[in-house]
Amino acid sequence: MEKLEALHLNNKIDARVRKNSIWKSIFFLSTLFGLVVLAVLIIRVLFQGMSWIDIDFIVGRLSTTAENAGIMGAILGTLWVMVVVIPVTLIIGVGTAIFLELYSKKGRFQSIIETNISNLAGVPSIVYGLLGLTVFVRLADLGNVVLAGGLTLALLVLPILIVSAQEALRAVPGHLSEASYGMGATKWQTIRRIILPAAIPSILTGAILALSRAIGETAPLTVLGIPALLIPFPEGLFDTFTALPMQIYYWTIDSSLVAEYANLAAATIIILLIILFLLNSVAIFIRNKYQHRY
Amino acid sequence: MATNSNLNSGTNVSELIAKNKEKKSLNNYFEKSIPGILFLLASITVLTTIGILYTLVSQAVQFFMEVPILDFFTGTELNPLSQNPEFGILPLLNGTIISSLIAILVAGPIGLMSAIYLSEYATDKVRKVLKPLLEILAGIPTIVYGFFAFTFVTPLIRYLWPGVEATNILSPGIVMGVMIIPMIASLSEDAMNSVPNGMREGSLAMGTTKLETTIKVVIPAAFSGIMASFVLGISRAIGETMIVTIASGSSKNFTFDIRESMQTMTAFIVEVSGGEAPAGSTLHYSLYAVALTLFVFTLIMNLLAKYVSRKFREEY
Amino acid sequence: MSTLTENKININVNDTVQTNESQEQIESKSSVIYNTQNLDLWYTKTHALKNINLEIRENEVTAIIGPSGCGKSTYIKTLNRMVELVPGVSTTGAISYKGKNILDKSIKVEDLRTQVGMVFQKPNPFPKSIYENVAYGPKVHGIKKKAILDEIVEKSLRGAAIWDEVKDRLNQNAYGLSGGQQQRICIARCLAIEPDVLLMDEPTSALDPISTLKIEELIKELKKNYTIIIVTHNMQQAARISDRTVFMLNGEVVEFSETNQLFSNPKDQRTEDYITGRFG
Repeated sequence: MEKLEALHLNNKIDARVRKNSIWKSIFFLSTLFGLVVLAVLIIRVLFQGMSWIDIDFIVGRLSTTAENAGIMGAILGTLWVMVVVIPVTLIIGVGTAIFLELYSKKGRFQSIIETNISNLAGVPSIVYGLLGLTVFVRLADLGNVVLAGGLTLALLVLPILIVSAQEALRAVPGHLSEASYGMGATKWQTIRRIILPAAIPSILTGAILALSRAIGETAPLTVLGIPALLIPFPEGLFDTFTALPMQIYYWTIDSSLVAEYANLAAATIIILLIILFLLNSVAIFIRNKYQHRY
Repeated sequence: MATNSNLNSGTNVSELIAKNKEKKSLNNYFEKSIPGILFLLASITVLTTIGILYTLVSQAVQFFMEVPILDFFTGTELNPLSQNPEFGILPLLNGTIISSLIAILVAGPIGLMSAIYLSEYATDKVRKVLKPLLEILAGIPTIVYGFFAFTFVTPLIRYLWPGVEATNILSPGIVMGVMIIPMIASLSEDAMNSVPNGMREGSLAMGTTKLETTIKVVIPAAFSGIMASFVLGISRAIGETMIVTIASGSSKNFTFDIRESMQTMTAFIVEVSGGEAPAGSTLHYSLYAVALTLFVFTLIMNLLAKYVSRKFREEY
Repeated sequence: MSTLTENKININVNDTVQTNESQEQIESKSSVIYNTQNLDLWYTKTHALKNINLEIRENEVTAIIGPSGCGKSTYIKTLNRMVELVPGVSTTGAISYKGKNILDKSIKVEDLRTQVGMVFQKPNPFPKSIYENVAYGPKVHGIKKKAILDEIVEKSLRGAAIWDEVKDRLNQNAYGLSGGQQQRICIARCLAIEPDVLLMDEPTSALDPISTLKIEELIKELKKNYTIIIVTHNMQQAARISDRTVFMLNGEVVEFSETNQLFSNPKDQRTEDYITGRFG
């Protein structure tokens, strides 16, 4: 017993335990740090922008005088971009995922495509802007229209969707497709009638996350030369447009000239965050509703 | 045949099926074309890579025909618009590296400590609240961070440290750090979670505290995963555009003073492509030379991260 | 009747003996539906089935027993070529189904599997309604008329002895049913396309005793109209429901005879050891 007590003193157990709990608090505070910044950011934006949001601001047109400015053009531009991004990423992304998971043989070719996709996911978004500028705006001679912007952003977020669709397909239990093959169904019938329906909730969740990323992106659009001028509302894929992030960008950098522009930027941020919040709520709703189905 | 006797009425299903099979030839063509169609869709990602490489390389080559490659990579002066334009990338590299270093100095320790808390200390309940909140941080568009850096963090820093300029590299560096905290926290946490519990138990059973176990057992075992998360974080910071464009201005300073405005490679691309660089001019081509450098930089970082984390996966 | 039997082209079933005459002889005598000859199967390097020779007769229940890993599941999955879903499988030898070698490349597996239904170890209904589960097969094979589908669904559910339990909730998700009910839905799903053969891969191993009893009764009933091949780890089950029993060990067929004989008077020492519980 004495020995143990001696050991106890030697090891300074009490001090070590105290050190442990001090560090535990430090670790906890570190975790809170990010969240505190998030809270400050949101509160600050709300205070700065909330009073500027009213119906006129939302449905109004751009204006150089802060009081008259509205962001309907940017909202419509963002919506039109979504019209391009959603089908393009879904078709290419899900198709690629099906090919990789269910058709291609595990081997060299597949691993080349998969490595390529993971590298694409790490390419800075501004580089996609240069790709879009060169290929869609100039080579295809589209100009800086909705279609060019949408395609650029679609390529940018494609890797996100492919990877999540692959995970969704992999999560469909093999015994379901076995049952289908056992009935004499062909591969495509099995995919279309069994595997895809089972995977679709997770795929949609991934698609929404990819879409949120796309509509918050700014850098590629600046490279495409998307204006924030008093342009007419976009009415189709071949119209020039502006988007919410571009509007925030121009108002922020011009706030050193006209102080109220910072408030307009904050107000626009609120609108953008609300859209993102709604999209993510839908994703969470889908995820919760269809979890644990098999 | 066996099948019909258990049916009550006259419908003969197997005959119906056999009949349908005969006229299914059109469907057969469709079915056969599916793998081809999917292959074409999958090759779009490869085409994207080829497109990026072709775009960057072909026009960067144009640039290097006018500006010697050595001058580009060793030049400390970047004056693209002057009478005697100079195209040295060092000021931009300098800005990129300094801002990324500031970011990782913020995000590395905080992200790692968050990961330690979430993986080793937090109860399930607390983790379930904190993790989604951190994910929100990762989902905020970078333009919003840029706005925050410019209109809130910079004034705050200038209040605390009056010598700081209105546009400076410090503020966007810090905010980029905040932006990549969730990424480092979640990747490091994954790495620590995959350390087998037996290792922790073995250490705790000898009377060590959680802190000692974490530092002496868990972190060394998860080290390469943690390193990979840092490298990926740096890569994200290098490629980040809007925060630095907004908050660090466009002076092509070759300086180490973090209170001053510097331009990063990404911010240069925004400035030049947004301005009226006439297609075919040296200035226009310089965009692609800078972008190619940026691309190679981030690619190396990403490959490095993959290499490091693959090494780590082989350990257990 | 079906595409496979209609164009009964003479495939060289096995290069060793089999002339056309001798085959007809066997068929007429005992109505063999599956004739396996010199079948060998490898999973990449593992030799999983070794020189299997078996004749399975129409409208009988054939049970396959043996310790786990003996190849019984592999064999039954070869009979509808589901085994090919595992990458790296290769086979030699032949399995003739109604006189046609199903291992031949020209056979469309979809046709084969339309005639040979399969019930799996774990009940595996689709995450769809009961109705859609049963109607799946007919729909896949191009039957679209609602009236016909309704008829097929009812007949199949009756055939699987579960109609009375589910007739009021056909539109509910099959996942709400008990394990035993799910398994009978899976059987009904097979019956819906009127196969000739039912392959059952340990169909009761995931079920409680009462559900097991129901399935066994159902198998006895189905025997009147279908050829049934059942893999089971349960010797009593084999003894209760089968006409003939195959005992497999290490990828080989050790003994194949009438069930009563195999259990009461095994010829091979290894069979005796197994059924008396000395190993396995």
